[in-house]
Formats: sequence, C-alpha cells, structure tokens
Amino acid sequence: MQFPAELRYTDTHEWLRQEGDGTVTVGITWHAQERLGDLVYVENPPRGKAFRKGEECGVVESVKAASDIYAPISGEVVAVNEELTSNPEKINQEPYRAWIFKLRPSDPGELQTLLDAAAYQKLIEAESH
Amino acid sequence: MSSADLKRTPLFEEHRRANARLVDFAGWEMPLHYGSQIDEHHHVRRDAGMFDVSHMLVIDVEGAAAREFLRRVLANDVARLTVPGKALYACLLNEAGGVLDDLIVYVLSPQCFRLVVNAATAEKDLAWLISLRDRLADAVELRPRREWAMIAIQGPEARARFWRARETARVATDGLNAFQGVEVAGQFIARTGYTGEDGFEVMSPADEAVALWRDLRALGVAPCGLGARDTLRLEAGMNLYGQDMDESVTPLESGLGWTVDLSSQRDFVGRQALLNRQPLKRLAGLLLVDKGVLRSHQLVRTAHGEGSTTSGGFSPTLDRSIALARVPLSVAAGDAIEVQIRDKWLAAKVVKYPFVRMGKSLVDISPS
Repeated sequence: MQFPAELRYTDTHEWLRQEGDGTVTVGITWHAQERLGDLVYVENPPRGKAFRKGEECGVVESVKAASDIYAPISGEVVAVNEELTSNPEKINQEPYRAWIFKLRPSDPGELQTLLDAAAYQKLIEAESH
Repeated sequence: MSSADLKRTPLFEEHRRANARLVDFAGWEMPLHYGSQIDEHHHVRRDAGMFDVSHMLVIDVEGAAAREFLRRVLANDVARLTVPGKALYACLLNEAGGVLDDLIVYVLSPQCFRLVVNAATAEKDLAWLISLRDRLADAVELRPRREWAMIAIQGPEARARFWRARETARVATDGLNAFQGVEVAGQFIARTGYTGEDGFEVMSPADEAVALWRDLRALGVAPCGLGARDTLRLEAGMNLYGQDMDESVTPLESGLGWTVDLSSQRDFVGRQALLNRQPLKRLAGLLLVDKGVLRSHQLVRTAHGEGSTTSGGFSPTLDRSIALARVPLSVAAGDAIEVQIRDKWLAAKVVKYPFVRMGKSLVDISPS
C-alpha cells in the first residue's frame, strides 16, 4: 500500500504520523524512495535542533543522488532513528515503518496544511503525466 | 525529450517486461535498474549478471591499409596485436592530445579490425575517423555495424552460464584469453567487460541477441542496468568517458598513460602534443573516511593543492563511498585529504585503484 490513510503528507514527499504523546514521526514516502533508488546514507537532523516548516533538516542519499528532507511542520527534533545509520536500505524496504526523526510540534495548527492520503495520491498521479 | 524520441535497442521489450526503470542515456532508452541496483551489483560479483550494451557502436575497419590507418589514429599500437582476436584498450586523441573517446580494438585479420566505441561519442568518433580516412587517403573502409546488438555477461559464473545456453559455442570460446575475441556462427564473442569480473561480451544480430537474453534469464543470469554498471566499473577502477576524461585532458592526466604506446617512432594523432605537454595532474583513487557519499565535481583539498573528483559513488562491495579524482601530481596513496560535500569538508584518503578485483576488496578501509 503506497498511501497509508492514517498518515499526512507533504508535496516534498515526506510522511508524518501523529503520536499519542503529541510528537510526530516523519519519514519519506514510497514514491520518494522509489525515485531515489537504493539508499546508502541518511544524514539525520540533529537532536534538539528546531526547524521551521519547510526548512531543510536532513539528507537521504542513494547510489544515484542526494535528496534533501524538509521539516513537514515546525518543531524540535526529539528523536532520530539510529538504525538507519547502518541500514539505510530499510527505507527502501519499508518506507512507512523506517521513520527518520520525531518532532515536538511548536505550532499544531500547521498540521492542517498537510495533504491527506487522497490528496497526496492525486499529486503523485499528476506528477507522472 | 519525450520518450518517443529516444532510441531503443532490440532488447527493449525484454527490459519493459522485466519492469526496468528506464532512463535516457546518450539518447537511448535504457534500463537504469530492474528493482535494486545494489542487488544487481552483488549478483555480478558473486554469480552472473548481464547488461544490454547494444547502445555502444561496433565499427569495422577494413582494407589493405586498415592496420596502418589505426596505427596513425589510435594512441595505442595495434601492431602489438599479433594473435587473432586479441584486443587492446586504446584512446582516440585529437591533435592537442585530448581524449576524444576510449575504446577497445580487436584484430580479426591483417585487413580487418573491430572497434567498440561509447554510445555518447559514437557519431563523433565515426565522423572523426571518416575525416581522417579522407584526409590520409588510405584504402580503408569504415563499416558501422548498427544491425548488431551486444550483451555483456559478467561474473564468476558468467562464462559457465553462457556455455549452458550455447553449448555449441564452447569449443571455439573455451580457450579465449582475457581481451581476446572470436567469430562463431555469425556472432562475435570476446572475453572482455567493464566490471572487473570474468565474462563475455557477445555481439550478434538482433534476433539472436533476444534469444540469448531470454535463455540466459531462464538460467538465472540477472538482468543488470546502468546503475550497477557504473558502480561495478568504478570499483574496478575503469574510466568513464565524459566524467573521468574528455577532450580537455590527456590520457596522462586520466590514469591512462599505460594505454599510450610511445615506445616506437610511430606517428599518431596527438603524439607530438603529448610529448610537448607536461601533465600537471593525475588521477587518484579516493576512499571516504567520514560518512557520506562522494560524487562528481566535488572539490578536493590536499597538502599539495586542490583537485576535484571526476567520478564518485557508493561501493556496494566495500560498503563505503569511493571516487576517482584529478589531483596534483605529487599526491600519493596513503595521503589524508578532504573533500567538500555540500558545505562540509569530509575526511578521505588516497588509495590505489582498482578498488575491487574478482570480487575481492583491494583496499584497506581502516581510516588511517
């Protein structure tokens, strides 16, 4: 399944999941990893750093190219997925489980600006024509 | 450029049916990968993989003056090819000693040689050869073999797998040495490749190539795309024209001094320029020590001055990032240097290349 309904999405191909404790979990979508190819390196955003919505906060690198990760909403990085340091290919294998970082949102209102699964799917379909 | 404008090889339908991710390469619609280029890379190092390389151009050079013509035109000396089917890796130079292309040349007979040139430079090369032939007025016919397709089967099991698919070709190809080819039943089979592994490159008419591809696939040979082709050749320390060298540099500045034969008085295009032009840079291998990925055109800082990467990427066999870089002459293997990746300077070290041969790492990956 390429567009899990419980997630929110950006037009830069990040996904976001709201957690029970108020934090959000972020990763990149199936479409993003498919376009990049085999991932070999993930540069995590630094823990404790705050980012504005849309700000570059990390990089994923595949064999072919490097691609920036953008903060889907504003917040402070509270956790990063250490597993990706030695196993970046997990993002290719399970893009919606291999999360990259978690944020504590500074403005929960921004969540409304994200795309839902249907809107993101439309975006992808439009992109491939 | 819409995909309708791209050229397709006779194997295109096979790639489509295998769900290849297709990309534009030198005006051809070619498979980048069929799912995972890293898996394809490992498959070649450990077993057998195959590449559609039909986009490259075969040019036959025929006639009583073919040999003398090629001795004038190539920086390596085809007079060294004394065994039928033997091949040389050579550069085609311009008058300034700059590299127009790298290629392989086989001797089929005293009056017939076979060149295999890169896809991106094929038309440029052919036009150049025609203009030289016209100017030097030699009795030489240049025959591009556009009707041929080409499959490169590579890996420790490649030749064995080919012989299972084509039993009758075994007797003619069993005794081939590396860098040697033979004509068998309308096909040309050479023990050459661009991966650092053993294997064959098979040139044949289109329908035979399709049949061979299908038979090899049924025997478990993995289709491999341009992505794996690039990581394999980089590990093997093999240059890529257009990245590691181009018309602005000489073979001596590109790690290709060994392909230039200056041992005789033979005059060839670019010879005088090479003798007059002192190389200021050389090509070196880099291993990234810090975490990240080396790419082309990254600035390199050494104790002897600056340089830049020419080809870079991730080595699946070493599980590290490697690169080729053009650096000042006095930079040596073992030197600690820095490479600028995005806005940071990352630690790397200079290493001898090839990085990998016959599946084994040749590099000490410890940081110091």
